[in-house]
Amino acid sequence: MIEISNLSYSIAGQQILDGINTHLQRNQITALIGPNGAGKSTLLGAIGRQVDINTGQIKIDGEDLQNITPQDQARLMAIVAQHLHVGSRIRVVDLLGFGRWPHAKGRLGPQDHFIIQSALAQFDLTDLENRFLDELSGGQRQRAFLAMAHAQDADWLLLDEPLNNLDLKHGRSLMAHLRQMVSEKSKSVVVVLHDLNFTLAWADQIVAMRDGQVVFAGPTTTVATSEALSDLYQTPIELLNLNGHFFAQYHR
Amino acid sequence: MPIAYFATVIGLLALGTGSLFLGAQDLSLPQVWQDPGALQLIAISRLPRTLAALLTGASMAVAGVIMQLLVRNRFVEPGTTGTNEAAMIGLLAVTLLAPGLPLFVQMLVAAAAALLGTLGFLQLTRRLPPQQPLLVPLVGLIYAGVLYSVATFIAYQTDLIQYIGIWMSGEFSGILAGRYELLWLAGILSILVYFTADQFTLAGLGRGLAVSLGLRYGQVLSLGVATVSMVSALVIVTVGTLPFVGLVVPNVVSRMMGDNLRQSLPVVAGLGGGLVLACDMLGRVIRHPYEIPAGTIFGVLGAIVFLTLLLGRRSHV
Ligand SMILES: Nc1ncnc2c1ncn2[C@@H]1O[C@H](COP(=O)(O)OP(=O)(O)O)[C@@H](O)[C@H]1O
Ligand SMILES: [Mg+2]
Repeated sequence: MIEISNLSYSIAGQQILDGINTHLQRNQITALIGPNGAGKSTLLGAIGRQVDINTGQIKIDGEDLQNITPQDQARLMAIVAQHLHVGSRIRVVDLLGFGRWPHAKGRLGPQDHFIIQSALAQFDLTDLENRFLDELSGGQRQRAFLAMAHAQDADWLLLDEPLNNLDLKHGRSLMAHLRQMVSEKSKSVVVVLHDLNFTLAWADQIVAMRDGQVVFAGPTTTVATSEALSDLYQTPIELLNLNGHFFAQYHR
Repeated sequence: MPIAYFATVIGLLALGTGSLFLGAQDLSLPQVWQDPGALQLIAISRLPRTLAALLTGASMAVAGVIMQLLVRNRFVEPGTTGTNEAAMIGLLAVTLLAPGLPLFVQMLVAAAAALLGTLGFLQLTRRLPPQQPLLVPLVGLIYAGVLYSVATFIAYQTDLIQYIGIWMSGEFSGILAGRYELLWLAGILSILVYFTADQFTLAGLGRGLAVSLGLRYGQVLSLGVATVSMVSALVIVTVGTLPFVGLVVPNVVSRMMGDNLRQSLPVVAGLGGGLVLACDMLGRVIRHPYEIPAGTIFGVLGAIVFLTLLLGRRSHV
């Protein structure tokens, strides 16, 4: 479990995270939702130690994040950031090889190659494995980074808007894959989602944020109500029940 | 990949052999067996000169590629980041304040100054918006220009101005056995870089990604900056710096085989060494029996190649 207590972060006099208290459960898909600028990416970055928090504490399974070595952390959690601008000309297969860095430190064994090949297949990249990253489309690049995080084989997967550039097929296949990772490999997933229908369809838990604070959090089935979501996004959202599945209607 | 390695090795062997027989005094293969004077000429002058050019080119190209990965910008090299200029200020200081120190100690002082200069550059670029990649080399050029003015001012005031000329225009005509051996250190540093190649490639993917994969980013950054500073100082005190080597060579290799250093570093080093040696050989024949400095020739050719790369580049940077 990841426990976040009194987490605050400010930069240039602007309060971006404001006293966050929440927890993220193991073996669940947790959707981090909320309007633009809510602080979702910053919170994910704080958990992944990409941003240095000003005050507060983050614990993983009772251990303070500060006391975990970078290498242990890399085995504990894999992160795919929202913005993936990489200037280097790196081949897809080499990128996935770097995903094995926390385990193999650059000396890839048969086991590592097997994991890399299955990650390539899982994310539909086998034909692209020798392409350079700067020769891929946005969605393909996104999949390459997701495949790398998969190859990292960490307990926690932290994904920031992974559906951004993905088409319908790959978006759905990603969520199904995450579900499978959770149920079959006991992984834990925290994912920033903007599409409420994906959230309703796949997330076990929701943490909703606005203005650097957690507005509500809990199991999807109890907290995802029309009122709560409408209030969160400050826009009318209707929930429709179709054969027991909930759908959000906010398009018009 | 093996083709690139193969071509590099063949090219280096051909150039290296050619260089031994090329110079003011004609030499032919039979002479080497019969004439002890010829063998001596090779041992004292031609071989050291050839090795010096190879080591200089290789280590400068390696320094360039490290700088580019650490700054995450294709348009930097020690000559555009104030590294060389700071090293010169260090050399001037040690020449003025403690003359007569051994070359090795002078080199260490220059390396320390180069380190400070490079760190200053990194501080400056940290403030630049990442969306404007061309701003980095521009700021670097201005920064280097300011340091260069400081160096020139000091040199002018103290009658050391001719040193600046020597340090800034690399050439190998004065290289003899006993006068270039410091360059082996630059070669060794380049080989050490090869053993940490993956870490530099990872750092080049960006701090966030590198850290999340467990890389000790700060350590790699320090190691890289220290290596670049040492190499720059070593080259400046022995042969003088050559413009564009660190810029052109990594860019050409990146085009061909990407930025995975573990694969590309041997080719970067080989191409750097080969090109510098080729320029030195050209300089020996163009106005035979006079010589044109290798740095001058590389400056002209390098500028052309670099402009071609710049204008021909695709949307990515
Ligand atoms: N480097 C920065 N400097 C100043 N403000 C920032 C910086 N990064 C993010 N912010 C601000 O922090 C707030 C939260 O950003 P972010 O965590 O990216 O939101 P989200 O991912 O929820 O859209 C936004 O208002 C954004 O403008
Ligand atoms: Mg965001």
